[in-house]
Amino acid sequence: MAVPAPVLTMSGIGKQFPGVKALDGVDLRLSPGEVHALMGENGAGKSTLIKVLTGVYPADTGTIELDGAAVAFGSPLEARQAGISTVYQEVNLCTNLSVAENVLIGREPRRLGRIDWKRMRARAAELLSRLELSLDVSAPLSSYSLAIQQMVAIARALDVDARVLILDEPTSSLDAGEVEQLFMVMRRLKEEGIAILFVSHFLDQIYEISDRMTILRNGRLVGEYLTSELSQVQLVAKMIGQELDALERLHGEARVFDRPLIEARELGRAGAIEPFSLTVHEGEVVGLAGLLGSGRTEIARLLFGADHAGTGEIAVGGAPASLRTPRAAMHHRIAFCSENRKADGLIPDLTVRENIILALQATRGWTRPVPREQQDELVGRYVKALRISPPNPEHLVRDLSGGNQQKVVLARWLILEPRLLILDEPTRGIDVGAKTEIQRLVAELSDGGVAVLFISAELEEVLRLSHKVEVLRDRRLVAELPNDAELTTDVLMETIASGGRDS
Amino acid sequence: MRRLLWPAVVLVLLLALNVFFTPSFFSIQVRDGHLYGSLIDILRFGAPLILVALGMTLVIATGGIDLSVGSVVAISGALACLQISQDAGVFTAVALALGLCLVLGAWNGFLVAGIGIQPIIATLILMVAGRGLAQLITGGQIITVNSEAYKVIGGGYWLTVPFGVLIVLAVLGITAFLTRRLALGMLIESVGGNAEASRLAGIRSRGIILMVYAFAALCAGVAGLMISSNVSSADGNNAGLWIELDAILAVVIGGTSLAGGRFSLGGTVLGALIIQTLTTTVYSIGVPPETTLLFKALVVTAVCLIQSPSFREKAFRRRGRTAPPSPAHEEKVRVTA
Repeated sequence: MAVPAPVLTMSGIGKQFPGVKALDGVDLRLSPGEVHALMGENGAGKSTLIKVLTGVYPADTGTIELDGAAVAFGSPLEARQAGISTVYQEVNLCTNLSVAENVLIGREPRRLGRIDWKRMRARAAELLSRLELSLDVSAPLSSYSLAIQQMVAIARALDVDARVLILDEPTSSLDAGEVEQLFMVMRRLKEEGIAILFVSHFLDQIYEISDRMTILRNGRLVGEYLTSELSQVQLVAKMIGQELDALERLHGEARVFDRPLIEARELGRAGAIEPFSLTVHEGEVVGLAGLLGSGRTEIARLLFGADHAGTGEIAVGGAPASLRTPRAAMHHRIAFCSENRKADGLIPDLTVRENIILALQATRGWTRPVPREQQDELVGRYVKALRISPPNPEHLVRDLSGGNQQKVVLARWLILEPRLLILDEPTRGIDVGAKTEIQRLVAELSDGGVAVLFISAELEEVLRLSHKVEVLRDRRLVAELPNDAELTTDVLMETIASGGRDS
Repeated sequence: MRRLLWPAVVLVLLLALNVFFTPSFFSIQVRDGHLYGSLIDILRFGAPLILVALGMTLVIATGGIDLSVGSVVAISGALACLQISQDAGVFTAVALALGLCLVLGAWNGFLVAGIGIQPIIATLILMVAGRGLAQLITGGQIITVNSEAYKVIGGGYWLTVPFGVLIVLAVLGITAFLTRRLALGMLIESVGGNAEASRLAGIRSRGIILMVYAFAALCAGVAGLMISSNVSSADGNNAGLWIELDAILAVVIGGTSLAGGRFSLGGTVLGALIIQTLTTTVYSIGVPPETTLLFKALVVTAVCLIQSPSFREKAFRRRGRTAPPSPAHEEKVRVTA
């Protein structure tokens, strides 16, 4: 297949942030009339690459060529004027304005300094008809579905004479029918010769719509492939980074788990996770594996009462339980370290000591403060046990490094002596030393009879720690695999890629 | 406490300015068994503002704001005076007035925490409607009362000390106890610092928010009693007019962020004293009346600027290079995910 001359070439792109090499020698070519998927795990550098391309950040090294001429955009506006338009994951539109206003915002046709509404509506309708959409352009945008809103965003992006269209996870909040609608529009734009850069975490969608793909891992280029020549298993392996070394498992002998702690039956929440059944036994470590957005976090939040379940029921220790709020879950001694410790975990203005005793204090209410001696004793013990650094409990938690912040959140839950500890990506973004310590801690807790639900994007880690692994894909629990000698990262990847269809 | 440094410096400067113009400014005498002097006046006239600002501090620490306190001041005074003018006992009148204030505060808290209305809008309702309510209670008139017992609250003395100052000390003591000895302060700071994380840590933020609005209204109610007692009359129109703005200003000068989180009761007291001293200064150094507001504005601007770390950095050019990595960088690293 002859590849036409690329409309856009990025070569040797490097980008350094303080302490992090976000991009290192990345190449990307986009040809006219193709849908090009940009693939990579969380933190692989996809967003950074897009931001360098659209002028949000300057590149440290490397060149960008548009139609053979070197360009460097100082701002997204400049990129847009040069024909590179971006539609972001969250629809950046004003739902209270009309469709026409949204399409032409900032470029309203004017007459004598005033907005020419008639021409504005006509122009908006014309742009939308290019996407085979016929809408009432004077209706407020909020009266249309998310998919239509997404397409209005695309129409707005195409108003400028776009040659490159970047779609950053446009489908994450759409249902299957809406995705189909979006794909129709994408195919039509492709026929017009527009190059589309498509980012999505849904593998099936990538295989349905894309022609070629570029894969990144840890800020580096893995390679460029024709979609038709790369199987889903190969893709997942390349994204995650295959390590075929024998894995050290932290759990030695096989144990029998016969005392169910939490049983979820057909638990589900519309738009978040399809109904699933899951049993966690005392002392058992259950790993959740799946790509980002596959529903791992959603399961954790339902079990902790952070979100309300729409369907299904939960039993704790054999008795039906209602976990409608985090407090109710805490009453059953369930603890949850969330994935996003900045947004959902830490109170940055409070000290290490205050952050650690927060959950304990919450269970006691404000009238019964934890006595200061007990605070100092508990905090001192966990600062030492988890090797929180600096070991000063009066330090503001905002000044700690990521790994130490994670340990503070862990300590907060450990002092409650939970029966089920839910850990959502507890080792993400922290250094190797802290990582091993947290893994060891999980193994110790499990030996002591605590059940752990362990979520991680790193399959090796999941395998090393878990007694059984639940595999998720596209917001469905697709398989439950006992962690025996036959379970390897390859098998896991295979299961994620195939969606458990042949297992 | 480093962050009390700047408000304290400003207060000292203001007081020094006064001594410069009025050498006898610091003298305190005992006359008729009462403490007497400019400093005592500042404390006495500043007492209602300190009370309102204390309540406001806790509300702001949860990330909210309460615009209705001025109206609550008027309602409290109006109801108490109406009761006394109808021959009710002073205790009954005070209890009824404070009870109503608690209900009004709980209403604010319900709108914010129960229904989820933005605090500025939720309390704006009572700010506007409350003035009407106060006028309804007074029948549109200024109610004048003649009760020696009621007069004590705002105008009396006990052991030579103005009674209002004692009330402030008591309320300050109780607030400090509830927030710093008990765990209320930490939970308030937690809710204000990160509401979602607090919820996931099992804190019942609704109850806490309801409580701080009720507390703010109660403080405003006591201030209202003080103001109306001092003049032995209730004016539904003008009692406590704009005091909410002074209170917010006092909180901000005291170093509590409007975004919520960490709060400082001591800072708020300093802030309220700065505002009251400023008013006194305007009179004592003879600023012409037509430039009074401008003078106040200039001083407040200066205070706010000197409080701002980024302004100090620019103005004094220190710590420019050794500053810790700015949050902007972290932000950038995070979005690469």
